[in-house]
Amino acid sequence: MKTFTYEKATSAEAAVADTAATTRFIAGGTNLLDLMKLQVETPEKLVDISRLPLAEIEDMDDGGLRIGALVPNSDLAADSRVIERYEVLSRALLAGASGQLRNKATTGGNLLQRTRCYYFYDTSTPCNKRERGTGCSAIGGFNRILAVLGTSDQCIATHPSDMAVAMRALDATIVTLKHDGDKRRLSIHDFYRLPGDTPDIETVLEPGELITHVELPAPPQGARQLYSKVRDRASYAFALVSVAGVVAVEDGKIASAALAFGGLGPMPWRDAAVEAALVGKVPSDDGFAAAADALLKGAQGFGSNDFKIPLARRTLIACLRDLTGE
Amino acid sequence: MLGLDKGDHVTLTMDEAHPVSLLDTGVQGVIGKPLSRVDGPDKVSGAATYAAEYALDDLAYGVLVGAAIGKGRVVSIDAAAAKAMPGVIDVVTDFDTFIRVSQQGGETEAPTQGVRDIEYFGEIIAIVVAETFEAARDAAERLPVEYERGDGVFAFSMDDARDGDLPTNIVPARTEQGDIDQAMRDAAVSVDVTYTTPSQNSAAMEPHASIATWEGDSLTLYGAYQMPTSDAQQLAESLGIAADKVRIIAHFIGGGFGSKLGIAPESVAAAVAAKRLGRPVKAVMMRQQVFDATVRRSNTSQRMRLAARADGTLIGIGHETTASNLSTEDFFEPAGISTHFLYAGDNRLVSHDLVRLNWLLSGSMRAPGEAVGLLGLECAVDELAMALDIDPIELRRINEPARDPEKDVDFSSRALMPALDTGAKRFGWEQRPVRPGTRREGEWLIGMGVAAAARANMLMETSAKVAIHPDGSVTVSSAMTDIGTGSYTILTQVAAEMLGVPMDRITMELGDTNDVPAAGSGGSWGACSSGSAIYLACEALRGKLARAMDVAEAALTLKDGRAIGDNRSTPIGDLVGDGIEAIGTIKPGEQEELFTQASYGAHFAEVAVNRVTGETRVRRMLGVFAAGRILNEKTARSQCLGGMTFGIGAALTEDLIHDTRTGKLVNRDLAEYHVPVNADVPQLEVVFLPERDIHANPIHAKGIGELGICGAGAAIANAIYNATAIRVRGFPITLDKLIAALPAV
Repeated sequence: MKTFTYEKATSAEAAVADTAATTRFIAGGTNLLDLMKLQVETPEKLVDISRLPLAEIEDMDDGGLRIGALVPNSDLAADSRVIERYEVLSRALLAGASGQLRNKATTGGNLLQRTRCYYFYDTSTPCNKRERGTGCSAIGGFNRILAVLGTSDQCIATHPSDMAVAMRALDATIVTLKHDGDKRRLSIHDFYRLPGDTPDIETVLEPGELITHVELPAPPQGARQLYSKVRDRASYAFALVSVAGVVAVEDGKIASAALAFGGLGPMPWRDAAVEAALVGKVPSDDGFAAAADALLKGAQGFGSNDFKIPLARRTLIACLRDLTGE
Repeated sequence: MLGLDKGDHVTLTMDEAHPVSLLDTGVQGVIGKPLSRVDGPDKVSGAATYAAEYALDDLAYGVLVGAAIGKGRVVSIDAAAAKAMPGVIDVVTDFDTFIRVSQQGGETEAPTQGVRDIEYFGEIIAIVVAETFEAARDAAERLPVEYERGDGVFAFSMDDARDGDLPTNIVPARTEQGDIDQAMRDAAVSVDVTYTTPSQNSAAMEPHASIATWEGDSLTLYGAYQMPTSDAQQLAESLGIAADKVRIIAHFIGGGFGSKLGIAPESVAAAVAAKRLGRPVKAVMMRQQVFDATVRRSNTSQRMRLAARADGTLIGIGHETTASNLSTEDFFEPAGISTHFLYAGDNRLVSHDLVRLNWLLSGSMRAPGEAVGLLGLECAVDELAMALDIDPIELRRINEPARDPEKDVDFSSRALMPALDTGAKRFGWEQRPVRPGTRREGEWLIGMGVAAAARANMLMETSAKVAIHPDGSVTVSSAMTDIGTGSYTILTQVAAEMLGVPMDRITMELGDTNDVPAAGSGGSWGACSSGSAIYLACEALRGKLARAMDVAEAALTLKDGRAIGDNRSTPIGDLVGDGIEAIGTIKPGEQEELFTQASYGAHFAEVAVNRVTGETRVRRMLGVFAAGRILNEKTARSQCLGGMTFGIGAALTEDLIHDTRTGKLVNRDLAEYHVPVNADVPQLEVVFLPERDIHANPIHAKGIGELGICGAGAAIANAIYNATAIRVRGFPITLDKLIAALPAV
């Protein structure tokens, strides 16, 4: 761990004002501290935001929910409103990490987890995400847990979050406070960036920009929700493939569908074409296969992760049966 | 008092059977009982001190530096920049003395030394020492090292040239009897398949750690080591000093599973640095370094050939294993070890070979040999049973040998069939779907599997000293270790039963080479070897007590700290004057040649395989084991539970991956090297069959620490086949291998 300075923020405004490009906010620290020990992250300053008053979950007037960035994953998963109205989110949270980690990990931090690519964690190997321009060791290497969608020739990392996948299916909005004190509201659909030539830049957040809240709109009426996570062991493993689904069937037809995927891409993945293949149709295996085709049209395996493509197909079809079945 | 000698030394070499054990006539009533660990409160309260936890004055913190290439040479290490960093004391290396690899267990020589040449990625080349751990780690991470890269062999290929002639490793590299090729031609039904198993890491909870401190030319090393007596010899040889100048202290060890049998690179690095700096140095491996630079279980490729008559009688067994190791190292994974004696059959070939690679040293991990060898053998037997259309348990019954099928000797004790039969009844084996792939519950395919368990029994020369003090308390001391298995407890039980002394009146002093030598913990020999040494010492002390009381030894009863005989009852402390003591030494002897000795058992597993995702969940497992006398039902059961859990990992998740371009380990932390977590481990049931083995040792026990893993993974693999009708021959059986063969959804 490289020596750093540590400051405790007294307010969100003070936290963002006191930042530079080499500053990191720290709350639960469940990912950042590991990365600092390995010198994958070497911030010069940590601003501790963990005591800021951002740990409340509030009802919004439109029937939605406003979640403070510091709400621990455990609390969010156990909140009765979340369990009742956003079951997909509660299930996704409980599918992630371990009890101890969920007690520490926060809502804002979870969105900003770094990839679990083996090579990203290993400073003795090249990695464009860790150090732009050094090369990607995962391409041509071992890449079982890495991405098949949205990759570039610079990076095939996946985003490891379960929570963020559910939030993408729920059309979450991320509320931030910028360095200059302005607030921003960002749709989660616009929040993450594809790797392209700059895999080290993962979100549209500006330096010093702090996530303060996540807002969930009211869930669609009558929709069924599901989070299905496929992994290499029964717990404490990142998703090989996960599906967050919010689907409503009315009058025998799919009225609405929101499907997001983990383990497949560099961001929690959502593709309008998948939903377009379903909405308005009578639920059927043919329709589900068409949705899977739409999802995986551009999928590319890199050897040891080739299996994710048929796995995603199988998992999606089974999930759609569950979401639309009797 | 009464002319008692202080300091008898009795030695027993197991040349003859030992039909009577005093443990059967003891009246203290503690042997075998499921007592909780005597060191448990210390462990859960933090009072048990592990190697890295000794707070020595003036301690400096060392962090090891691993090579960032897989083959080549260190040209230079630029220490200047690191030394200029705040808190950094020095960058220490010694290209000749640092050990290139860990040593194998029980060796008395130094392992291969010299770290100028790099033979595998992560080889420890230097240690950065600082006033704080954080400063040392920072400097180590940023230490500039210049390398000259060489051409390494980084991918395992059966096409690569192999050695034909390897030295014996527990078993000879190759034995042949009859003609397996002819047997295969003559067979009515045969199986000829190749199973592969991956490299694995022991992944003990405590990382390898040493604190080295010198007084003049004498070294004390607080180390996390399983076999301190031989480890001290290895360390002395590595440092070029006399063995009596090295003391190892290892009172508590946080798991070893073979990875701490021999010294690892941090020990020599800490010792060299401490000598050079003139102050104690601590070196604790990072978790990643435990993966990179200690020892791995070798990957294997096992060609299994089974030749049978139509009635199921085996006429041939072939088990040809190819493992891997560094070019300088001869250890081979002895995967065929139990194939020698598990089943009958006249024509037999058991062979082992190596592919030479620039991967980390391969060596012992829990049940070296059987743990992976029984994956091959017991899955192949299951395949044969299917081909013959004979129940797998019945097939084993048909081929149960009356005597060792390769040597002209009897088994010392063997309860394989009773274990299978007991297990079948308890597990509900008759409910197993006879046709694979026919039981379904929703999305889940359900199946059951069975496999035999066998683990060769070993006895190792070991001593223990037992002293009875005037206050009636007892001290037992030995360089034996407790690696988390419960040695402190079971050895206290042996002494308590033998001397009729309450458990809490006995102090067990383990893990210090200043005490009498011991073989330590490994190979499941610890309990039997050390228990026997204590038995012998106590037997000598019983004789002294009898003489002091002037009664015949056979007429002496010892209970609750009192000696009873001739209608008299005396506190034993009153019989010992200033105190008495005896040293017991057990040595292996002809009994291990005259009888084939092994522990046996049977594993049953029920699994559910998700037909959509290919995920396997173990629903329940049962292990039935016979390992001679069970010294403590609780700690023995815990060993079996742990072994079975290892079996789940071997079957389903554990897979140490090398990048074939560089030889670098890819998944070198506990997030991506998947040992089973709680959710992977269902209710496991363990049943012990009563047994005594009079050929094994005076306490009539056999090894149990590794038995639980032997065959466990095969039962799971066979259950997966039963559930899905898919036979995956490459371990671990991950979901990708199953969905490739599962029907479309």
